[in-house]
Amino acid sequence: MPNEVKAFKPKIVAFCCNWCSYAGADLAGTNRLTYPADVKIIRVPCSCRVNPMFILRAFQRGADGVILCGCHPGDCHYTSGNYYARRRMTLLFSMLDYLGIEKERTRVEWVSAAEGAKFAATMNDFVATVTALGENKRLEDLRCKE
Amino acid sequence: MLKISLGKLTDLFDAIAEKEALYIPADKAGVAQFTRYENGLKMSDALNTNRSAKDFFFPQIENLVDFKVNGKNIEIIDPRTEQEDFVVFGVRGCDARSFSVLDKVFLANPVDSYYANRREHGTIVSMACTRPAETCFCGSFGIDASDPEGDVTCWKTEDALYLRANTEKGEALIEKVKPLLEESDDAAVEAQKAATKEILGKLPLRSFTTEKFGGDVMMQAFNSDKWNSLSESCLGCGTCTFVCPTCQCYDIRDFNTGNGIQRFRCWDSCMYSDFTQMAGGQPRLTQKERFRQRFMHKLVYFPANNNGEYGCVGCGRCLSKCPISMNIVKVAKTLEGEL
Amino acid sequence: MQGMMISRAKELLQDGTVNRVLGWQAGEFVYDITPAVFESAEELDAGFVYNAFCGSNLSKYLIKETIKEGKILVFLKPCDTYSFNQLLTEHRIDRDKIYVIGIPCQGKTSGEMLKAKGISGITGIKEDGDNVIVETIYGNETFARADVLEERCRTCKSKKHVVYDELMGEEGEVLDSGRFDMVAKLEAMTPDERFAFWRSQLSKCIRCNACRNVCPACSCEKCVFDNPNSGISQKAAADSFEENMFHIIRAFHVAGRCTDCGECSRVCPQNIPLHLLNRKFIKDINELYGEYQAGEEAGSRAPLVNYTTGDVEPSIVYHREGK
Repeated sequence: MPNEVKAFKPKIVAFCCNWCSYAGADLAGTNRLTYPADVKIIRVPCSCRVNPMFILRAFQRGADGVILCGCHPGDCHYTSGNYYARRRMTLLFSMLDYLGIEKERTRVEWVSAAEGAKFAATMNDFVATVTALGENKRLEDLRCKE
Repeated sequence: MLKISLGKLTDLFDAIAEKEALYIPADKAGVAQFTRYENGLKMSDALNTNRSAKDFFFPQIENLVDFKVNGKNIEIIDPRTEQEDFVVFGVRGCDARSFSVLDKVFLANPVDSYYANRREHGTIVSMACTRPAETCFCGSFGIDASDPEGDVTCWKTEDALYLRANTEKGEALIEKVKPLLEESDDAAVEAQKAATKEILGKLPLRSFTTEKFGGDVMMQAFNSDKWNSLSESCLGCGTCTFVCPTCQCYDIRDFNTGNGIQRFRCWDSCMYSDFTQMAGGQPRLTQKERFRQRFMHKLVYFPANNNGEYGCVGCGRCLSKCPISMNIVKVAKTLEGEL
Repeated sequence: MQGMMISRAKELLQDGTVNRVLGWQAGEFVYDITPAVFESAEELDAGFVYNAFCGSNLSKYLIKETIKEGKILVFLKPCDTYSFNQLLTEHRIDRDKIYVIGIPCQGKTSGEMLKAKGISGITGIKEDGDNVIVETIYGNETFARADVLEERCRTCKSKKHVVYDELMGEEGEVLDSGRFDMVAKLEAMTPDERFAFWRSQLSKCIRCNACRNVCPACSCEKCVFDNPNSGISQKAAADSFEENMFHIIRAFHVAGRCTDCGECSRVCPQNIPLHLLNRKFIKDINELYGEYQAGEEAGSRAPLVNYTTGDVEPSIVYHREGK
């Protein structure tokens, strides 16, 4: 129907660590678990590789939500990377909230290589949350809009 | 001379704003800045705006051209739209003069059509000063703060605003709001001018002059040892250049929007380490050389190329805004002994 | 105080302890004071000054100065000593080439602070107990000192020198002056109000980089924002995204290292309260990871290069309303 308003489909960027969460996403796939195709995965060597600038740049380039997935605390392939990431992201999210930017657009979730089901469930939940929030307006870059 | 009582100032603004875009200095988030007038916006009492009025003709950032990439095709888009007429109200004498400095750069051949377009559509309404600050030294450049240039000159007294059109553009603006104005003699204005002149004569920088500078002393000034100590504590920030009404250097860059390119130009600062960086590197390697560039440009290179006119209008913004309080007055006073 | 400082500096130059003195130089007016290096007794007599307008933090200049030959004498106010320690921790300055004299501070004001009170045409200033008399071409005005102090001084965190070779005057105390009150006030607002507040402030940014260049914690040789390949506009606050990003990332890069010296807000030509961003990080760090004051102790490990296995999860941000 041409007059129907197009339903909002959020763009989600998921940074997944190579050792746990990316393998978890793989497992979700091989187990044929479904999660929305709106999630674009970017593989990183470790959750700690994600610089706060990456999160902001994702929003600039049109993301409506950004999620960071890494190994469970204690299970980092590099021993302690995710502990550092945890502190950084806590402070970054708190700062975004302080600036009045919706904190629900950002999330950190620990997903192991065996947790295909958790990966799918997390993404379903995150996409639903961001869909409810609607389009990212507060951290948008108008120059990058189509 | 025409006048309108201050009580009816809002009516005057409303009448102008109805016909064209009107900008007045207003206090916003703690600083005075030119703001588009709407709904009875109150005019600031500040002596001057934080940023100068050059933004209207030479904005900090503007798109020059857009490239849209579509498969193997590149579409070239001129982002310029027809500039609407606008009025800048309450420009002080220093800023009013700064436009003629900018004109010498942007309207000389080849004419900068982006700048020229804005200049054509803008009408300047200047406002005489009554309470100059200690940082003011426009008098050093022959500017009369009590009777500034501009398309229309205004004087604000206790109870009324007096207006005088100086140019055709100014006449046209006055014509549009004629019904609100009444004829008046210029006794009040003359009294205000005399009072302001007396204050100007008491300013600490009244006898400051840049007369010793100019193209003739280029090498002497350039090779002075004093630059070392003067530039020693410079932070290399761009505050002085960005608040300056006459600084006109810019950079042109491409921004990748993800679906095309925006070619924009933005103010540049000679204080920055990548100023005029080229494929071969950077011509000014240390902060001393960058610092020297700024003051040499204002005091020596600019007059050398423009019949002795200096690239400074004495607005005093760099005097109050520099984080380490190093400024053109200190530089000129330190160097003049060597010339 | 100024006289004592000059004579002590002369002694140290005379006996060869140091060959240069880093201090403040008098300017055109009473308030426009420039940091400067003095090399002789004559230069000290001619221009050295210490008064209520000597706000600039001299510690960052030591990065440049300790690369040079010889030892330098520096005068540090209590808050500057924290920056000094932080620079030592980060191995940015050479302690052996510096002689530190701690000097007392009753809080600083600035030409801008006085002008914000509607004063113009300043020709002089007199200090009279707790009052400040400002002389102008339009007449004299008297203010209570506390009213014209810079924000960072009204909420001074410490009058204690955390490092010095020699101290002039009495040792001060660490103070509790409510420096996080404004942060707490912002936290208590709704997200929409906070968004509006920060938009109105950050939209004033002209991207002059004064905050970055004056900051003792911003001591990178090459800043991430000076990288032409970074995909951002760098020199101009091109749109609201760039304004937000620059200030979020700058605050983040100094998080855990910022000593809250307040130089960023002092130098901002557009009067943006930048310290409120840094203080938010300091407050969060204190609440989530334990009290930490950057620069209090040289060699301490900053919270963002540290962790405990029991740290809170990032999801705490969703639950701590009004924090």
